[in-house]
Amino acid sequence: MSRKILFITTDQQRYDTVGANGGTLSRTPVIDQLAREGIRYERAQPTSVVCMPSRSSMLTGQFPSTHGAWMNGVPLAIDAPSVAETLHDAGYATALIGKAHFEPFMDPFGLYAENTLANLGVPTIEQDWFDGRRGVHRGFDYLEFATHGVMGALHYAKWMREQHSDVIRGFYQVVDADFNVNAAGGGDTNAPQVKYNAVPREWYHTDWVADRTIRWLEEQESDRDWFCWMSFPDPHHPWDPPKSEIGRVPWRDVPLPENYPQSSSERESLLDQKARHWRLWYDGRLVSNYEAPAKWVPATMTADQVREVNAMNAVEVELIDEAIGRVLASIERKGWGDDVDVIFTSDHGELQGDFGLLFKGPYHVDGLMRLPLIWRPARTTAPTPSVVHAPVSLVSLAATFLEIAGQKAPSWVEGAVLPIDDVDASTRSFDATFTEWDSSIFGIDVHVRTIVTDDYLYTQYQPGTVHDGSEGELYVLSDDPWQRVNRFEDPAMALVRASLAEQLAAHESRAGERATPGVLMAPV
Amino acid sequence: MDALGVVPVASIRHERRIAADADAVWDVVRRPESIPLWFPGIVSCTVEGSHRVITTAMGLEIPEEILGNDDASRHFAYRITAPPYSFHLGVIDVIEVATNDSLCVYSTTALPDTLAMLIAGGTLGALGEIQRLAERSRVAS
Repeated sequence: MSRKILFITTDQQRYDTVGANGGTLSRTPVIDQLAREGIRYERAQPTSVVCMPSRSSMLTGQFPSTHGAWMNGVPLAIDAPSVAETLHDAGYATALIGKAHFEPFMDPFGLYAENTLANLGVPTIEQDWFDGRRGVHRGFDYLEFATHGVMGALHYAKWMREQHSDVIRGFYQVVDADFNVNAAGGGDTNAPQVKYNAVPREWYHTDWVADRTIRWLEEQESDRDWFCWMSFPDPHHPWDPPKSEIGRVPWRDVPLPENYPQSSSERESLLDQKARHWRLWYDGRLVSNYEAPAKWVPATMTADQVREVNAMNAVEVELIDEAIGRVLASIERKGWGDDVDVIFTSDHGELQGDFGLLFKGPYHVDGLMRLPLIWRPARTTAPTPSVVHAPVSLVSLAATFLEIAGQKAPSWVEGAVLPIDDVDASTRSFDATFTEWDSSIFGIDVHVRTIVTDDYLYTQYQPGTVHDGSEGELYVLSDDPWQRVNRFEDPAMALVRASLAEQLAAHESRAGERATPGVLMAPV
Repeated sequence: MDALGVVPVASIRHERRIAADADAVWDVVRRPESIPLWFPGIVSCTVEGSHRVITTAMGLEIPEEILGNDDASRHFAYRITAPPYSFHLGVIDVIEVATNDSLCVYSTTALPDTLAMLIAGGTLGALGEIQRLAERSRVAS
């Protein structure tokens, strides 16, 4: 028997929403305890700041420019490499419960398994694998899906419509009549994507994901190794947690974020230092990506709206923490408490008021790029608790799962096993991470590459609709933790900039086989 | 509406070079009732005169009106007639390049523009099936 793996992801959760990382708005005692027992990463970065490319990197251990799912709406190739396939081959029972999103949600023709499995009523289906064999879908024996609400074809939405149709109207309508991300406001402040939801807590998707995970775990034989990816759709917008819970964090008591400039002149001054699409978006002159509401203008956002969004977000984070606690308790009841590695992270962050902005897009700053990441190794390994300060990337997750399972990483894995402490990080040269953005939708092309090192965050904008290839951003993290002062044009930083540009170029030209970039099939 | 007062309508075109005569390609698509055979995710349809209703694998029933079906120019045009589409035009053109060599172009123009992308995503798979069926018919003949 080897070590079992519980991989927990949330969606769009910032580093500073977790107590162990210094967050004070939400109480996260369960995640904090995992951090105390294990390894907490101070600077974990995604390969992409939107869901599909980032999640595909978790599964494949590859950067988006390698696996080919380069923007939301581009499906990961069905025969892309999958760490779940390798674990399945090694005898692991494999499950993904909650939000997958390797394939588009908007799928009127039912082209993707993620959208058809609930109707088929089977736990998985056979598909082509990377190595030419056929096997269970992306290596998972068991799949049960949920996303942000009750629209669509996924298991949770179907369950809600069939079992609890009387409360589904309480959820926020994620897209508007034009199938764009909805800008409609709600709550007390009319904040976008906020709604008081009358759904009972036990029927909300956070508890549903935990319930289904517990049920799957209980069905596993005691001596069977397993890999379970428990994937919560929250705290991604919409912010519509059960109304019964919102008293946990009264929004009027929520302080404004440290990086929320309170005057419009300060906001504009900060945004004007950055590449031009920042200010264009803020002013409502350009929405460069689908993930932000097309009909919402960030400049109209009030301080109270920021408070209310962050309060709702904090409530969702608390519900996730409690749901994780229930799952961990069920693992203890099964007698597996010492045998399970738990890894907790999120696919990308959320601006949550930083620079006067909300949601996400091609904006490579800590709000979107600095993530919670905690690895609590199985207690049987007698792990030494530590904090890793070196930059690490979620591209390392697949290699880490394989290491836990005692499997050799296949050649297609681009990431190295996560370091267990700073000495390990230094020895194995964890000194830089790379984040990619490519989008091309409705005539607007944006292409961004970012490197983060111990000291710097450096972004290059490649030629696109609003960038000519000369723009960039360079922040000195020690002096400027919120990335407010762009030193890209500072002559004193020329050598630093040249060195970082060289490292980015090396990333772009790295060796290895790349998948043919996928085709955009849907907005998301 | 843009600065010139024009409503931006999304128009997405996919095309496929097919190793078959244009007539063979056209023969795959020309019959309105044949669409479930070559459009992945359309599981059935009914045709009455110029009205067609398709049913997708997700259980959606989508009514359409056939606007043109011209053997001479190998041109098929149709539109979806129900919400959430406020406008839709689908066009398939089969163009002869040479013997056993043709170009099939499938265009989707629609409002809301997000929905154009969804239909166009499906047309990409449809072109693959049209190619497979046309090239298979060539081999069979």
